[in-house]
Amino acid sequence: MKLELRGITKRFGALVANNNISLTVESGEIHALLGENGAGKSTLMNVLYGLYIAEEGEILLDDTVQKFAGPGDAMKAGIGMVHQHFMLVPVFTVAENVVLGHEQTTFGGRLDLSAARAKVREISDRFGFDIDPDALIEDLPVGVQQRVEIIKALSQDARVLVFDEPTAVLTPQETDELMIIMRQLAESGTSIVFITHKLREVRAVADRITVIRLGTVVGEASPTATNAELASLMVGRAVELTVHKNAPELRGTALSVKNLSVIDSRNQIVVNSVSFDVQAGEVLAIAGVQGNGQTELTEALLGLQHHVTGSIELDGKPLRGYSVRHILDSGVGFVPEDRTEDGLIADFSIAENLMLDRSSGAPFVKAGNLQLGFRATFAAEKIREFDIRSQGSEMEAGRLSGGNQQKVVLARELSRELRLFVAAQPTRGLDVGSIEFVHTRIIETRDSGIPVIVVSTELDEVVALADRIAVMYRGEIVGIVPGNTPRATLGLMMAGEHAPETKALL
Amino acid sequence: MSTLTQSTAPVAASAPIIKPTAAIRSWKIPITFGGFAVLSLFLFVVLGRGQRGELSTFRLSQARDVIQLPAVALPTFVTGVFVAIVLVLLAAASAWLVYRHTKIPIVFSILFALLFLVGFLAWAASGSTIPVPGLLIGTVTLSAPLIFGALGGVLSERAGVVNVAIEGQLLAGAFSSAVVASATGNPYLGLLAAMVAGALVSMVLAAFALKYLVDQVIVGVVLNVLVIGLTSFLYSQVLAPSANLNSPDVFPRLDVPLLSEIPIIGPVLFRQTIIVYVMYVAIAVVYFGLFRTKWGLRVRAVGEHPQAADTVGINVNRTRFIAVTLGGVVSGFGGAYFTLGAVGAFNKEMTNGMGFIALAAVIFGQWHPIKATLAALLFGFATNLQNVLGIIGSPVPSEFMLMLPYVVTIFAVAGFVGRSRAPAADGKPYIK
Repeated sequence: MKLELRGITKRFGALVANNNISLTVESGEIHALLGENGAGKSTLMNVLYGLYIAEEGEILLDDTVQKFAGPGDAMKAGIGMVHQHFMLVPVFTVAENVVLGHEQTTFGGRLDLSAARAKVREISDRFGFDIDPDALIEDLPVGVQQRVEIIKALSQDARVLVFDEPTAVLTPQETDELMIIMRQLAESGTSIVFITHKLREVRAVADRITVIRLGTVVGEASPTATNAELASLMVGRAVELTVHKNAPELRGTALSVKNLSVIDSRNQIVVNSVSFDVQAGEVLAIAGVQGNGQTELTEALLGLQHHVTGSIELDGKPLRGYSVRHILDSGVGFVPEDRTEDGLIADFSIAENLMLDRSSGAPFVKAGNLQLGFRATFAAEKIREFDIRSQGSEMEAGRLSGGNQQKVVLARELSRELRLFVAAQPTRGLDVGSIEFVHTRIIETRDSGIPVIVVSTELDEVVALADRIAVMYRGEIVGIVPGNTPRATLGLMMAGEHAPETKALL
Repeated sequence: MSTLTQSTAPVAASAPIIKPTAAIRSWKIPITFGGFAVLSLFLFVVLGRGQRGELSTFRLSQARDVIQLPAVALPTFVTGVFVAIVLVLLAAASAWLVYRHTKIPIVFSILFALLFLVGFLAWAASGSTIPVPGLLIGTVTLSAPLIFGALGGVLSERAGVVNVAIEGQLLAGAFSSAVVASATGNPYLGLLAAMVAGALVSMVLAAFALKYLVDQVIVGVVLNVLVIGLTSFLYSQVLAPSANLNSPDVFPRLDVPLLSEIPIIGPVLFRQTIIVYVMYVAIAVVYFGLFRTKWGLRVRAVGEHPQAADTVGINVNRTRFIAVTLGGVVSGFGGAYFTLGAVGAFNKEMTNGMGFIALAAVIFGQWHPIKATLAALLFGFATNLQNVLGIIGSPVPSEFMLMLPYVVTIFAVAGFVGRSRAPAADGKPYIK
């Protein structure tokens, strides 16, 4: 089915999220929509899916103008969507999720689940998915959950499928498999819109590429374009895709973690007997797909987890079992993975956020009184030093852009005397300019002789920053490998395979 | 992306991931068992020495039963000693199991509770007779409003709206059923009025929670206070001066032919009022509706993941509104029990906190209609046990026995439930 968007404009108050966007997707084509976070890709797709109503413009399917009042209309017209955050009910079975909203019933309003199971099996067999219709969603790996999303769309006879950032949660292997599935779908005549900000994937699978920046279409590209060409189109200027760094200057083991295990509130072993050392002056990157214990590991380092066994020693002094206050005072700097949830208080000003972890004494507090004068000077200085684009230090942190919020967090953590720096997902959701800034800061911190741990699910980031890479899978470290390890090997390790040469290193 | 050229990809099997779980020893059950075992040693053996030679009689049939079962007489002290010893052994066994990292089978808990109950009844009734059918009949009767309230709560909370206003719905149902039944002389119209009143209360809850996004717990609490104030005002201004507005006919007990003659079970389940019979139907309908129909799937979906429901074209707020209103209908019907099923007149604040016990039953029953019913029956049993022991004259002070239902509630919700999982979107308004 041919999809055409003509002059779509969508405003949120004063903000123009989509400005006069036009786009054509031919039948059986994979059309990539490339753009940075916040460029307006998801807004455009929500307009297409009927979740938002556009102020101007029209949507055409096979040259007929469509009017969508809600997702139900879009689905009836043949548009299906695989959402970035899966729209699946975790406590329902696969079959229940697939039929939700389109249930068939038998006598007395009874739910006809056998018809649903048959449908799941039929679509699953057609694409070789091998999915049990009676499995509970919450028990399935994310890659399989995504296939359930695809089945859900196909069961409604979707002939235009929108994939919204589908690879964010997948391992490299699962990503490859998804690309094969997308090709299969396209060959069977489905039109595909593929939304992403990852250049590599676009070039691997797309037939055509449309680049969006700040809500407007800035150009079309063919899959043969180079990474650098696509990146500069996406960002609007030439960008550095690699981080310049010298060989690390190792200054002896600073952090030593031995047999660390973390048990969560559901009694599951989320970190299983993990051991590693970090030397002063190096970056240890912890790679792995989201949810393999990285979050809990960093929280354990900071003293935020309850059931922790094993030992953590920083410069020979034990850290495990101490309060967060004690650990911060021992010189641990921490950038949490969710900055809006754990990194900042959105309703506090920049100045207040900059002193959040230093409210217990001088120089910010004297005799129980906030030293407002000192705080204002300090904030002004950090705003300059970290190039935080704001309307002054009294502006609320929640009104800053993601990149500038992260700079506030970095400024706070890096302005203390540090003996260890832990950054979890430091660039998630940031624009390319901010990513460059954060990466440079991390390398500067390393070069000043501080041991650095970077947790990232983005392979690009891991490869760019790491001196050594520890790969986590299901709570265990499958191996610690040098920073120049090939991506293919890392990808296999992220899926749980011990690379042959890594066994020797362990 | 060299793998792209491969013809068939290895596709991961959809086998569920079994995450390894650590055995953090939980001593909760052995400690609880141990506490009760020590208590039973003290009560049945130390205090029970004075009861040597006495008998505790359990009467199993009522005078009007066709099939008469003989009464069972147990020697009080011997029974107490036997029960105490078995309880100590069970506590020790459970401690051993926990020490060995083995899961304690649920049979242990059931056996422990039953034995303790038998020992306690024998001890409390030494030298007198416990009417077992009467104890159980009262349990079902007293549980009726709790069960209706709990079912109403389940319906509302499964759809994602926290229903603290069960108390208000019960009270509104009690008031309007009394007034309408008295004014029309028709108790069935009273039942209808109770449902309408419950629905009105829950519609206010739904409107504030869904349309104006007010915190649902606060709206619920305020609604309870509002209904108490309103009914008390109307009672003293309207009902008290003109007594003929507050004298409804009480539903008689109806015997179900044949079924009511089954020993023990018959009188307990099938010699009740129409309100209890409707309750049986309501439990089945709520269960079937929530778990076997298209409507129920949608209700549970909006309570778990409203956005997922929205993206498949389900109107989240409308589904929630209907479920909350139906919950109010069920709770309100339960309110009629107080006036048309039991007392025969409306009194100020006559629900007396039953709505909150029903809310506890919803949580204890893990938001499941059948389990919530069982939880409500447990609270009903505790209430009635206190009544029966008060009548036959037990060694326990009656003030202490009055606490029993609430102590059971606290233990049940805090101790034995552990973490029961609420619907994921319970209490969270859906904003696109």
